[in-house]
This record gives sequence, C-alpha cells and structure tokens, in this order.
Amino acid sequence: MSTRLDVKKTYKLFIGGKFPRSESGRYLPAKSPAGGHLDNFAHASRKDFRDAVVAARAAVNGWSKATAYNRGQILYRAAEMLQNRAGELVNEVARSTGAGAAGAKREVTLAIDRLVYFAGWTDKYQQIFGSVNPVATSHFDFTTPEPTGVVVVLAPDEPSLLALVSLVAPVILSGNAAIVIASEKFPLPAATFAEILATSDLPGGVVNILTGKRAEFISHIAGHLDVNAIVDGAGNAELSAKLQAGTAINLKRYASRSLTTADWFATKAENPYWILDTVEFKTAWHPIGV
Amino acid sequence: MKTKSNALKIAGRTSPARPQNGHPVVPLRERRLNFGTKWDYAPAPEESKNYVIAPRHELFINGKFVKPHSGKHFDSINPATEDPLTEIALGDEVDVDRAVKSARRAYEKVWSKMPGRERGKYLYRIARIIQEKSRELAVLESLDGGKPIKETRDVDLPLVAAHFFYHAGWADKLKYAFPGKTPQPLGVAGQIIPWNFPLLMAAWKIAPAIACGNTVVIKPSKTTSITLLRLAQIFQEAELPEGVVNVVTGVGETGTAIVKHPDVNKIAFTGSTEVGKQLAQMVVGTGKRITLELGGKAANIIFEDAPIDQAIEGIIAGIYFNMGHVCCAGSRLLVQESVFPTVVRKLRDRIQTLRLGNPLDKNTDIGAINNKPQLEKIRELVQSGVDEGAQLVQTRCTLPERGYWYPPTFLTGVTASHRVAQEEIFGPVLAVMTFRTPEEAVERANNTPYGLSAGVWTDKGSKIFKIVNQLRAGVVWANTFNKFDPTSPFGGYKESGFGREGGLQGLAAYCRLD
Repeated sequence: MSTRLDVKKTYKLFIGGKFPRSESGRYLPAKSPAGGHLDNFAHASRKDFRDAVVAARAAVNGWSKATAYNRGQILYRAAEMLQNRAGELVNEVARSTGAGAAGAKREVTLAIDRLVYFAGWTDKYQQIFGSVNPVATSHFDFTTPEPTGVVVVLAPDEPSLLALVSLVAPVILSGNAAIVIASEKFPLPAATFAEILATSDLPGGVVNILTGKRAEFISHIAGHLDVNAIVDGAGNAELSAKLQAGTAINLKRYASRSLTTADWFATKAENPYWILDTVEFKTAWHPIGV
Repeated sequence: MKTKSNALKIAGRTSPARPQNGHPVVPLRERRLNFGTKWDYAPAPEESKNYVIAPRHELFINGKFVKPHSGKHFDSINPATEDPLTEIALGDEVDVDRAVKSARRAYEKVWSKMPGRERGKYLYRIARIIQEKSRELAVLESLDGGKPIKETRDVDLPLVAAHFFYHAGWADKLKYAFPGKTPQPLGVAGQIIPWNFPLLMAAWKIAPAIACGNTVVIKPSKTTSITLLRLAQIFQEAELPEGVVNVVTGVGETGTAIVKHPDVNKIAFTGSTEVGKQLAQMVVGTGKRITLELGGKAANIIFEDAPIDQAIEGIIAGIYFNMGHVCCAGSRLLVQESVFPTVVRKLRDRIQTLRLGNPLDKNTDIGAINNKPQLEKIRELVQSGVDEGAQLVQTRCTLPERGYWYPPTFLTGVTASHRVAQEEIFGPVLAVMTFRTPEEAVERANNTPYGLSAGVWTDKGSKIFKIVNQLRAGVVWANTFNKFDPTSPFGGYKESGFGREGGLQGLAAYCRLD
C-alpha cells in the first residue's frame, strides 16, 4: 500500500482582496510548539506594506460610503463564513499554538461571536456617541462620527486569532480600511482567517493582512503619510514608543490596546469605545430661518 | 521680513497698495460704496479709563499671586499703539514645578474628592462673576490683543461665560455622558493657549478640565497674559480652592516645561501645527494624554446656487473676523466659475466698508494685528502670493501711524500650489480660487494637510448634506461661518490635531474610562 504524500502550501499575504506572495520573495517557516515545521508563510517587506496602504486607501472610499446596514450585514456574513469553516480555524489554532482542541475551539467560537457583536454596532454607535447640539443661536447643529481612513492594526501573539478579530472589527465597522500586522509567533491562524474573509462579501482592501517580522514594519508604519491611525495591540513598549513617534510626523491617531491574554477572552475586549479611537467627529451647522 | 524686493510695497503704512511693474497689483482706487471717506464716523470709543491695569503681573500659583523664580518680567504691549501696558512675570521650570505641585495637592486633597455637584457650583459662580465683569474683561482683551471691542464684547466674553455655565452642569452628570462607563478625572492637566482668543481659549481649556475633576496648570501666550490673570482674580473671588487652577505666564520654554513635567497627566494645546507636532513628540512613551487643536486652511465653497449676498457676509465673517487670527478662518475661497465675477465684485465693494482702527472704537471691524512677528509673516506670505502671480486686492484705508496693522486683503488668480493656498496666513488675507464641478470643489477643499473647518454655500439642501459629508474637516458651516457654542464640539481632522473641545464629545479629553 503506497502512502500518500500531503500537499504543503505556503501561506501568502492578503492585500486588496488578492493573495500575493511577498514582492521580496522571502518566506519564513511556521513552527509548532514542539518545534516541528508546519508550513511556510510569506515574509512581508516594506514594499508589501506600502502596497497594502494603497489597497486600503482605495477601499476606504467605497466601504465608508456603504450604508451602516450594509456594513453590518457584511460583517455578519463574515461571521457566517467563519462559523462554516470553524473546524479549519480550530485546527490551525491548535496546531500553531498547542492550545488543544478545546482551547482552540473556545478561541474560534468567541472570535465568531465577537464579530457578530461588533457587526451589530455598525448602525448604532452613531446614535450613542453622536449628538444634536443645543446651540444658543438660531442654528441646527449636529455632530456625527466618520471613519478616519486607513488604520494599521498590530495584533498580539496571544490569542492570535481572537485578538486580531477583536482589534479589527471596531476599526472597520465604522468604514475604515485596516492593514493588519499579524502575530509574528502564530501567523497561520491569521493567514487562514484571511482566506475565509476573502470568501465573505467584504470588499477587497478593507482588511489587508501581512505576516512577517513585526519590528521590520514599525518605522514604515510610523513614517507613512497616508496612514491615519495606528491601533497597537502588540503590547511591546519599545515598539509602541517608535509607533507613537509617527504622531509627530503627520499627527496619526495612536491607540494602545494592552490586554492580558485572559482579558482578550473577557468582555473587556468588547468595548464599543474602541470604535471612537478611529473615527473623527464632524460637527455641521446650518442656520434656521425662512 | 524676508521680502524679495523692497521696491514692491504692499500695505505700507500710508499707501496700502500700488501697481508695480511686472506685478498685477489691483488697488481699489475707486469706491462704489463711499461709507469710509464720504461719511466719516465720529469716534465712539468704549470707556477704558475706569479699568486700571496694574503695572506688574505675577504668577498665580496655589491661589496666590507670587513672584517668578527668575525675578524677571517682560513687557506686554498694546499692539494698536505699541505702548507698554504692564509687565508680566517670566515663569521658568521652577515655577512650573511649583504650580504642578500645587495642582497635584489640590487634586488629591480637595478637587477629586469633592462631589461633582459642589464642583459644578464653583463653575456656576465663576460664570456669573465673568458675566458681571464682562465689559471690563472685553476692554482688557481689546487693549491687550488688539481685537475690536465689538468682537470681544459680543463674541468672546459671552462665550467665555457660557463655557463655564455649560460645563458647570456636567460636573455631576458625567456618568450620563459615557454610557456603560464610570468616568474618572485624569489628574493634573497642563494647558497651553494661543493669543488669538486669550480668554475664550482659557475658558475652553479650564472649564471642562475642572468640571471633570482635574486641576490645571495653564500658560497663556506671551503677548496676551492680562485677561487670564484677571480671570485668576475671579477664581479668588469665587473662592475656588487654592491650586485648582494655576497660571504660569512666560515664553515657549515655559510651555515646554509644563509638557515635560513628569507629574502632569494630560496636555491640551491650541496653537500651530509645527509646535503641536513637537509637543506630540515630547509626550511619546510618557503615558500622558494629549489633545491638540492646531492650524487650518479652511475652504469656503460658494456654489452658483448660493444666496450670494449672504455668502459675501459669510466670506467676510470667515476671513476678517478677528483680523483672520482664527485657526478655522475661511482662508481659501472656492467660487464656482459662473458666479466668480459677481462674487469678486461684491467682495471688492464689501471689504471697503470694513473700518480699520482703534480696537476700542465700537465701530471698528478690523483691529490691530496681535504682534510684530505675525505682521511680518502676513506681509511675507502676501508678497509670496504676488510673486507667484496672484492678483492683490486691498482696501484703500489709512493705517494708523503706530501699532501693527494690515488692511483687509484678498488675492485672486491663486492656484493650489501657491504658498497662500497651502500655508496658514493667520491674517486678514483671503486666497480666491475657482472650480467647475462639485467634485472638483471637494477635491480642492480637501487638498491640504489640514482639516479643521470648512464652509459650503448653496440653497440646495441635498447638496449641502452631500458636500458636508465629503469634506474632511471637523467643523463644517453650511450657509454660515465662524459660529461657536459651548455645546458644539470643535476640533480637527488630519494635521489640524486630535480631540474635540466643547460639547458632549469634548468631555472625553478630560476623563478616564476604565
């Protein structure tokens, strides 16, 4: 009886709804906790990051103008796709992190529920956080939140999938486009997540996922003039300081998400105030008269 | 002054504008509306001699006026006459440290422990005293800053009182501002404010900070310290607990000392984008919260279906209010091509009716430029506009012999790459450009690193909403301009800063949500 040889794949980047290899041609090996070789994944370069910014910028226009109802439906659709392929993700988390089947399942199901949770915010956060302002002159005056634009999200290593979803959802639900720097330690769940997202109705470029070495991206993220905000869940003080230096270049918004692994599993990571870190409040005035 | 040629004099003291060889300067020699010369206005100065300015002003730390550590003072002058008004204490890092310690003590011992309802009552008291002393404060503001009394009396001071009154009511209702959260104060807030609206900016900063339970160390601009120190006396009169608000006057280094002080929890700055970026760099890695309200280059878009006469008034209010020393000034006028000749004709007529002169005169529309470096910057930028090929239109009015003055000015034929279309002039100078389609208007309006404010003029409602939606700016005025209210949040997109001041959304800058 002949033994069948498994087909190995190299995980690629997710940019603009497509799956390119790194333009640098580089790749890295993903290892299991025991040190065994799992698969190779793309080692993204500065140029890949810049391509992702271009793709994200191109996506912002359409995505931010989609109705809130539509964005909610699309995020819910993404949750449907994840549910459908939960087994694949559980396997990916389990073999990458050694979490065990039960632990991996807990992370994946919570990630799906969290996506459903944030999907519901797309058409509500404006009503909670916006306002009609009772000005003392004869004007109608109101304040509404709008997406800030292109947002870079740095995911922590643990829990690599759940944290990624919890960080990205509040960014994109308002109409921003995200470039995610995936966990450096456990990149495969993020790469598989990208493959599932690609089959949802999320427009290409709204979420872009890069794998590779986090530290290599930092100065390029901080210095890029077409990045509007940074959501930093990497939890690394040194990298954080370098990222914040980017605020001094073009006044990027910077938000830190320093949560413990346990916190990512708790309601602390279901914070609707996170939405406000990547929106701008616009106030409009109009006279009242005949 | 970095002018390339001395031969071309723009807005000299006696001859505002002369045509020059090679430069298409368009002076207004003829007047269709002769209010300015044919009908002279009798002087109508606001009474000022009842208000005495002390010859020397000290720092306000821990509820008392104290001498600065340096022992040094600097002159504060009246920009309309260049006469010295008083001497202001030069605070240094030792004074800042004293002030921060005083604020920390007040925060821990008194202010953060006080029920919100009681805190609120102090703000109400302060608001009432400001209302009582409103005229005096308006006069002082005009003397110190060169602002027309009409504006300080009718705009600045009512808004100053309103800001304290509005935020007073929030002090015991903050949990309703943040659903699902229990807001906590941040601690000591370090605040740095500019010279264009000295007392109003102080109110924007101090009122929300102390309403939310924080204590304050605030530094006014070097050229405009008097009214904030007068406000400090009002805090004494209101019996505000010692150290809740501390005022450290001084220069740029004094502000830097506040930002760098390790025991300050939050920085709030209003000023230039250049300085804002430096401050943002200083707080990296310190954990200090920061909000920045920076420069702007607002587009004021006039569509062909706009109510043109109203729009002209809006353009005037947008750029000549407070001599254009307004970060949200409508300094780029975008006019739809079909109405360009009409708008420019009406604008030429209208700016000639603006009266420039004594800030204390109740008829004055245009007061003095706040300080000499600013006047030089305005001259330099206008010169660059002329050098780059724009056509200059200035009112033909006689400028006073002494003081810092610049006549209402606009430039036509400006292109998007001209410095006057890109850089914040912060003076009474309007850059006029044209557009054909709404898409082009939006594209041009957003073509700047700034994003503080914008204006749109059209009688078509659906167009207003569409354009308002597309403009990348924190405040958009539709069929109006330069309106402010304490209930209405103010602040910018992009390089105009982050955070909002005023309204529900402004409270977030002074609260911690755990």
